[in-house]
Amino acid sequence: MAITEQIIRSAVGTQPNPTAPDESAGEVSVDGAEGAEASTNLVAPEIAPNDPIIGYLQGAAGAVDLTHLDLDSQALRDLRESGVTMVVPLIANGELIGVLNVGRRLSDQDYSADDRRLLETLAAHAAPAMRVGQLVREQQAEMQQRGRMEQELQVAQMIQKNFLPKSVPELHGWQLAADYRPARAVGGDFYDFIELFDGRIGLVIGDVTDKGIPAAMVMAATKSLLRASAQRLIEPGDVLARVNDQLCPEIPENMFVTCFYGVLDPATGRLVYANAGHNLPLVQTGADASELRATGMPLGLMPAMDYREQTTTLEPGARVLLYSDGLVEAHNPGRDMFGEARSVAVLQAADSPNELLEQLLAALDQFTGETTEQEDDITLVALRRTVTDRYDDGTAGGDVDRYGRVLADFKLGSAPGHERDAMRLVAEALAPVGIEAARMERLKAATAEATMNAMEHGNHYDPALDVRIVVAATDSEVTVRISDHGTAVIAPVETPDIEAKLEGLQSPRGWGLFLIKEMVDEVRQSSEDGHHAIELAIKIEGAQDAADKP
Amino acid sequence: MPQTSLETMLRISSEGPVIELHGEIDSSAKDALAVAYEEAPHDGRLLLDFSAVDYINSTGIALIVGLLARARAERQPVAARGLSDHYRQIFEITRISDFMTILVDNASTDQPAQEGTR
Repeated sequence: MAITEQIIRSAVGTQPNPTAPDESAGEVSVDGAEGAEASTNLVAPEIAPNDPIIGYLQGAAGAVDLTHLDLDSQALRDLRESGVTMVVPLIANGELIGVLNVGRRLSDQDYSADDRRLLETLAAHAAPAMRVGQLVREQQAEMQQRGRMEQELQVAQMIQKNFLPKSVPELHGWQLAADYRPARAVGGDFYDFIELFDGRIGLVIGDVTDKGIPAAMVMAATKSLLRASAQRLIEPGDVLARVNDQLCPEIPENMFVTCFYGVLDPATGRLVYANAGHNLPLVQTGADASELRATGMPLGLMPAMDYREQTTTLEPGARVLLYSDGLVEAHNPGRDMFGEARSVAVLQAADSPNELLEQLLAALDQFTGETTEQEDDITLVALRRTVTDRYDDGTAGGDVDRYGRVLADFKLGSAPGHERDAMRLVAEALAPVGIEAARMERLKAATAEATMNAMEHGNHYDPALDVRIVVAATDSEVTVRISDHGTAVIAPVETPDIEAKLEGLQSPRGWGLFLIKEMVDEVRQSSEDGHHAIELAIKIEGAQDAADKP
Repeated sequence: MPQTSLETMLRISSEGPVIELHGEIDSSAKDALAVAYEEAPHDGRLLLDFSAVDYINSTGIALIVGLLARARAERQPVAARGLSDHYRQIFEITRISDFMTILVDNASTDQPAQEGTR
């Protein structure tokens, strides 16, 4: 858009009097010129950008005498009205950037050809200088605008930062981690941990549509409403319904909030949850990844919505990832999205929640390429149920039984892949004991084999039947006791005949018990009260010496 | 979403076919391993590369024994490399290492750790 500017001259021979343009509506305007005498004051009328006089002046060869101009133009009428008799176009780079309005000569005589040439020369010199002035002003205006936006960004970021939890709560038997990565234009993500009076904990993750200060304000309001309702209503579906009803009349048009809200009982792993249109959290149990599915409308769209609750139990070893769309909708330079599958892959590979978040963000950086600016806020909350650590929780003072100090006592459902959780949990429980690495590897392998046997032969892979694993230590021995719901006592272990297997005379299978026996120092088994148990023992005195023993 | 535990890649080296194994060798690896074996040429020594394998359980051992049995029927020698100390020990305990050459080190030079006694 060319800003056409006028210069008013009160009389020939006096200084031109440039005036600042009014940028308000893209129209040409002049505030009015201050002439030397009241009688010669010219008021520059506005020239609408679509006025035909602009086209006429653009094509004019020089000064235009308005007295004889025949044009259906409001500007022309206004100019005449205000006493302008001649207009000299100011042209820079072939573009009309202003006009020099000239009133009647003080002597009332007509302008001579010399006068006109003088005016035209003046215009030819003034035009480029004026264009420079215009550009400087445009630049200044743009910088001011940018400064305002920058300030707005900072305010939005400040609101956002202040409303996110300063730390994650400590929950016995659980590990939690959270991370929030704002995009440059803050996107209104939020998360929260709400400690409820009955010992349960509310888990919140949400995302406000829109960006900047409005989104940050709605985020802050939603968080406060959630906190207020959570303590009174407890049940996630009721909480979301209440917050939705409160938000609806207040929220700016075209904005809404997606939000997942779950209430976790840390003691049992029971999680009741409801979802207002937020990305479905991911759960990893054993080898299986699944989603926490619940449906509901986003908050703030429509009042009187119902949010159906779902319930799940997070077993020891289970991991949960809550995330915002900034994660899965991040693009790589080829415009592919990071997606859920990649998130699941990282979830499956990662160990602790902290590691999970680190690895996710690293995978994301690698995917998007480090030069790409982050498109949207990324919020991640991860939790993992560890083990019921009776030794450490201070309530039992450390169970001591015939196995020694109980370092861990946990249950796993019967499903393929859970043996990997057993390995990890046993290794974690034994970390303080400091078992030599190779020996620990063998104990883990034996644990996995025994857990698989328990799930398969004892529990017939019935997911409702659990395998209980107790890790205990005395000063000289570590035992891992793995019990299932079967009664069968395992037959004495025979060394598999690999020649017969290779000749096809025997099944290639049948290595589990043999490996268990070879991996640990002692294998004991027992059967009582409808439970079968296998005990894996390794000596820890002189562990280094024994390390070389297979 | 069940995990795909094993991925395989077939490569032909100057010394014969190489099956690169990535992931875990447990019951879910059965098909992947069978397909990889089918696709590999059955002449020259077959090398199994375990460098990127992080878990082998007893079912995985059975799958490897099954593969070894088929290779023996076809009179194709089999070697392994990239085994961690832990799994090399398991191959010794199970005597799998008596029937396949275990190469140490990931270097391309095939230094036998111990020759098979077939």
